[in-house]
Amino acid sequence: MMTLTVIAIVLLVLLASTIYVVARGHAKRLTSSGPSAMTRAFEEIVSREPADPGESAVEVLPAADMRRGVGRARSAFRKLFSTMLSGSAVNQRLWDDLEETLLLSDLGMELTSWVIDGAKKQVEAANSVDGTTLAEAVRQQLRSLFVDSDRDLEFSDIAPTVWLIVGVNGVGKTTSIGKLAAMAGADGKRVVLAAADTFRAAAADQLQMWAERTGADIVRSVPGADPSSVVYDSIQRAAARGYDLVIADTAGRLHTKSNLMDELRKLRRTAEREPAHLTEVLLVLDATTGQNGLIQAREFAKAAGITGLVLTKLDGSAKGGIALAAERELGVPIKLVGVGEKVTDLILFSPDEFLDALLEVEDEE
Amino acid sequence: MFDNLADRFEEIFTRIRGKGRLSEAEVDSVLREIRVALIEADVNVGVVRSFVERVRESTVGEELRRSLSPAQHVIKAVNGELTRVLGGDHLKITYASRPPTVVLMAGLQGVGKTTAAAKLALWFRHQGRNPLLVGADLQRPAAVEQLRVLGVQAGVPVFSVDGDPVKTALSGTEEARRIGRDVVIVDTAGRLSIDQELMDEVRHISETISPNYTFLVVDAMIGQDAVNSAKVFNETLALDGIILTKLDGDARGGAALSVRHVVGKPISFVSTGEKLADFDLFYPDRMANRILGMGDVLTLIEQAERTLDKEVAEKGAKKLKGGKFDLEDFLEQMQQVKKMGPLKGVLSMLPGIPKEIRNADINEGELVKVEAIISSMTKAERANPDMIDGSRRIRIARGAGTTTNAVGTLLKQFKDMQKMMRSMGMGGPSPTKRSANRANGKKRKRR
Ligand SMILES: Nc1nc2c(ncn2[C@@H]2O[C@H](COP(=O)(O)OP(=O)(O)OP(=O)(O)O)[C@@H](O)[C@H]2O)c(=O)[nH]1
Ligand SMILES: [Mg+2]
Repeated sequence: MMTLTVIAIVLLVLLASTIYVVARGHAKRLTSSGPSAMTRAFEEIVSREPADPGESAVEVLPAADMRRGVGRARSAFRKLFSTMLSGSAVNQRLWDDLEETLLLSDLGMELTSWVIDGAKKQVEAANSVDGTTLAEAVRQQLRSLFVDSDRDLEFSDIAPTVWLIVGVNGVGKTTSIGKLAAMAGADGKRVVLAAADTFRAAAADQLQMWAERTGADIVRSVPGADPSSVVYDSIQRAAARGYDLVIADTAGRLHTKSNLMDELRKLRRTAEREPAHLTEVLLVLDATTGQNGLIQAREFAKAAGITGLVLTKLDGSAKGGIALAAERELGVPIKLVGVGEKVTDLILFSPDEFLDALLEVEDEE
Repeated sequence: MFDNLADRFEEIFTRIRGKGRLSEAEVDSVLREIRVALIEADVNVGVVRSFVERVRESTVGEELRRSLSPAQHVIKAVNGELTRVLGGDHLKITYASRPPTVVLMAGLQGVGKTTAAAKLALWFRHQGRNPLLVGADLQRPAAVEQLRVLGVQAGVPVFSVDGDPVKTALSGTEEARRIGRDVVIVDTAGRLSIDQELMDEVRHISETISPNYTFLVVDAMIGQDAVNSAKVFNETLALDGIILTKLDGDARGGAALSVRHVVGKPISFVSTGEKLADFDLFYPDRMANRILGMGDVLTLIEQAERTLDKEVAEKGAKKLKGGKFDLEDFLEQMQQVKKMGPLKGVLSMLPGIPKEIRNADINEGELVKVEAIISSMTKAERANPDMIDGSRRIRIARGAGTTTNAVGTLLKQFKDMQKMMRSMGMGGPSPTKRSANRANGKKRKRR
């Protein structure tokens, strides 16, 4: 059969040529002057009657503590650190173990080498072959990866404050919003959730359940509606009813989809416009994520200008080292850590507590 | 997926390819680079260690065979190892002799189980089966609702009852038997591998419905932890295969290697986009070739056969060979190519495409614009673009709702493209293609 080969050849050439034209065209931007009248298709905002945010249904339990959060992550480090601190001499084996432990926590090759080189220098400078010196050096190196920055969640002096929650698919955006709503509610803030994920099936229903759980109000629209209009309407409602905070849920999107990233830019612009005061754009990173997390952080920062990171699923066996790498590269702090699926499973992040929990040797168990 | 890894390997290999012989130190440094490339692609550190060791051993062993250069030894060893790790043949489903065939989906939170379940259901439908989706994720808010919406899109009924996931799964399979569905796909809640209670629950589901196939759904973006969770899921459920999701991102996908390695089960399906149809069987050997920069020509040909109009494609081929490829043909072929899906995806399957083009940010919207411009030309203009003068440009631009500049740019690019094709040997019949022309009984003039 010659057709197969013929098809293959034609395809190869055609594709190459089509791409050639399109790629070049893209570089030069064929501009279309035709006005694309954007019609807001569905205007009807369906929303339940708001619960009185004053009577928050949620009883906020004491925050889950960092130690529980990094429960699993610690075991790997703890083993290593007990070896170091038990006075064993610093040898190649120990360096190899250290490298492996750091790599296994998804810190990445570059940062791992950086931590190890730094620790090596410190150990050499101290002219010591003692594991304790190494343990201290590693801790210092790790500590210096964190940016020196305020990790509190910002409120604007003038209401309503807007927080935009972004990230790739399935990382835990909606769940984190539920937890944030509870946290803010417990602080006496009046909250409305914007169901701006109009793309994923039943995303608004999911957010609505969190609204019900936390006593927050919610603004939602129909599937496929313009997400910006949902954010806009939420801000209007917040302004009209005197709410303090709008938390906007967005559809999960891969950072490689340029049209969706453009949509995010637009969302941000909407969230910035008067009377809104956008103070936080939080990027949610899943602790299981590997090196791709760094690219996610870069791209979302470019499109939406992120102000903080939320590291979720740290209650699993993944160590979440990628968030540290992202914090360091972007200079944007990890502000929150998700440690479960319950409404109270959200912790404010502190590097020192984190390192204490991670590296502490003794255990009450 | 794996593109970046492919690029890294290509870099490493290019450097050594020309060398007559490799010293031990050079082999070491190549292996070190391979190690870093794999780790940066999220392959598990332990898996990398054994991978590199095996490549080293086989390079040493192969040294005696004189027909290959040392560099080729390394490349061959890496290729062999990748193929081995990725696992040979693709999945062939054996349906239960007494229907329904029961499929269980499991995995961590947020990996895309629910979407994958619906996509798998659609896939089964395309195989001529009648699946039923069962929503046994009663944990995440609105998970069942999500499955119901997706079920409508896939044209597959959805079954679920409130309360207990084990009972739901069981009544789901009974329901399938009752209403005569021959495949049941059970979606379960996401769970952490270290959550003993929930792992017991999913084991219980599995024991109750005795699935014919149990798939672990894995996010392509997962890092080093992939092996830990996959191991536990495999011990709990005796997995039959892996479904890899979110391959339309730019993750380097090393987790696929790790998971394959630790659970010893192949990657069965891959999910490559947000549309339900963006889902297909995984072909391991082709993927290994792709990593090594050979392109996935087989997949491409299959896809072409499925979607293209043969006559139109053949006509285009003839025109190309005759060096008579005009804008009319271009439009026609472009519409064909579009049917094959996003350009970027198709492009990634082609061997030998320059990196700059492969990585170019391709906006599918541009295609529509190009189409509009060509559609606004007359037949004569398409056949002979040189006749398009200023006033014709204005008319065409108006018709396409764009500027004369845009029209000019397109014409210029088309010319460039013709030049490029000529330089690729498509300007006239090449020796190997002559026989085909003769078979067609036509003589073509060289231009
Ligand atoms: N164990 C654990 N699970 C979590 C955590 N945060 C979220 N999840 C779970 O992860 C899954 C996905 O969470 P969602 O909140 O739906 O994620 P999302 O980013 O909104 O997802 P999309 O909107 O589909 O992109 C759900 O099953 C959540 O319960 C966490 O900190 N720990
Ligand atoms: Mg969501």
